[in-house]
Amino acid sequence: MTAPHVTPEQVWAALATVPDPEIPVVSVTDMGMVRDVSVDGGHVTVTFTPTFSGCPALHVIRESIGEAVRALGVPEVEVRSTLTPPWTTDWIQEDARERLRQYGIAPPAPAGDSPLITLEADPTRCPRCGSLNVRMTASFGPTLCKRLFVCDSCKEPFEGFKSV
Amino acid sequence: MTTTQPETLNLTPEVRAALIEKLTALADDEIILAHRDSEWTGHAPILEEDIALANIAQDELGHATLFLELRRELDGSDADQLAYFRDASEYRCARLVELPRGDWALTMLRQFLFDAYEALWLDAARGSTYAPLAEVAAKAVREEKFHLQHSALWVERLALGTDESRRRTEQALNGLWPHVGQLFVPLAGEASLAAAGLVPDLDQVRVRWENFVTSHLRGKCGLELPVIPEGTPPGRDVHTEHLSVLLSEMQAVARAHPNAEVW
Repeated sequence: MTAPHVTPEQVWAALATVPDPEIPVVSVTDMGMVRDVSVDGGHVTVTFTPTFSGCPALHVIRESIGEAVRALGVPEVEVRSTLTPPWTTDWIQEDARERLRQYGIAPPAPAGDSPLITLEADPTRCPRCGSLNVRMTASFGPTLCKRLFVCDSCKEPFEGFKSV
Repeated sequence: MTTTQPETLNLTPEVRAALIEKLTALADDEIILAHRDSEWTGHAPILEEDIALANIAQDELGHATLFLELRRELDGSDADQLAYFRDASEYRCARLVELPRGDWALTMLRQFLFDAYEALWLDAARGSTYAPLAEVAAKAVREEKFHLQHSALWVERLALGTDESRRRTEQALNGLWPHVGQLFVPLAGEASLAAAGLVPDLDQVRVRWENFVTSHLRGKCGLELPVIPEGTPPGRDVHTEHLSVLLSEMQAVARAHPNAEVW
């Protein structure tokens, strides 16, 4: 009996169902955390990049990736991590940004050209009413990736994704 | 976390030893500062700051993990063993991070001085010729930006706030300033690492740090900078009496139950 074979596309599809443990409306592929999938017979290697280095959910993400691939009938799964290139919020998919916004989390501003060391905060738009008339009320939130804001137009408090 | 890079195999024993020492010092600063920050959990002046310092401590521990992972690639050492089973004499943290947390002004000012140093060191280390370190630096500097924004804003708020908050900020600055020089004292063998481009030259980092810190503290916050004491500060193997007290608390559970399961 031969080991069941899968295609890289099947692996990617399986990974697209693995939610971010702290923000369940987006998956690990939505977040741009999966960098590479390679299939060699019954051996699958998934390379992922951590978001924040102190994120306590990293081991959960790693285990969930392994489980999702094993559920395809793959006997050997290797989950590797890489820091190069470093993860950036620019890799979050367009439709996932919209899901974040609907969930009440302001999506991150483009990180691309912003200076690495700056004392200025990123512009943030209220996820409910779209106003830029917002105030940061806490520069750290319930998870490493978020900050807390209040919108001065619609008066609602909300979370905003840091631009990294 | 990183996969082993082929160049780790080509280091001479001297370079390897110096690199291990440097990675240990980098990690130890983060571990000890993270512990001091975590002491505010449940005690910070407002809930948001309780959360902020817990976040910052988590980030610093994340950075320590990255540095200790690089060390593991060089000597096979174990991060948990290093953190929880070394005595004060084996730690290589700077004295700035060992000092008791003091009041809120001291906590925020220390964080600002250290954040600026760490962010600028990491920024320079992105160009390291040692690829695994360059990767870690590129990763960590992106997170350090948020610490620096936070602590810089608090220092400004306290310095320009009430008479009492300004008095406490000045007091904290006078107490912390004599310790900043030690951040820029190279370790044994560090000069050869810097010459080979493996780590940033500390003198160059210091120039950028002084410009950055002076423009904020003096320019924006109107604070008078104390004079740094004459003479070379002691090396990182000379600690304050506070470190062993901190370690005895931090390591108590691990030492009492050395074979305990993590989860």
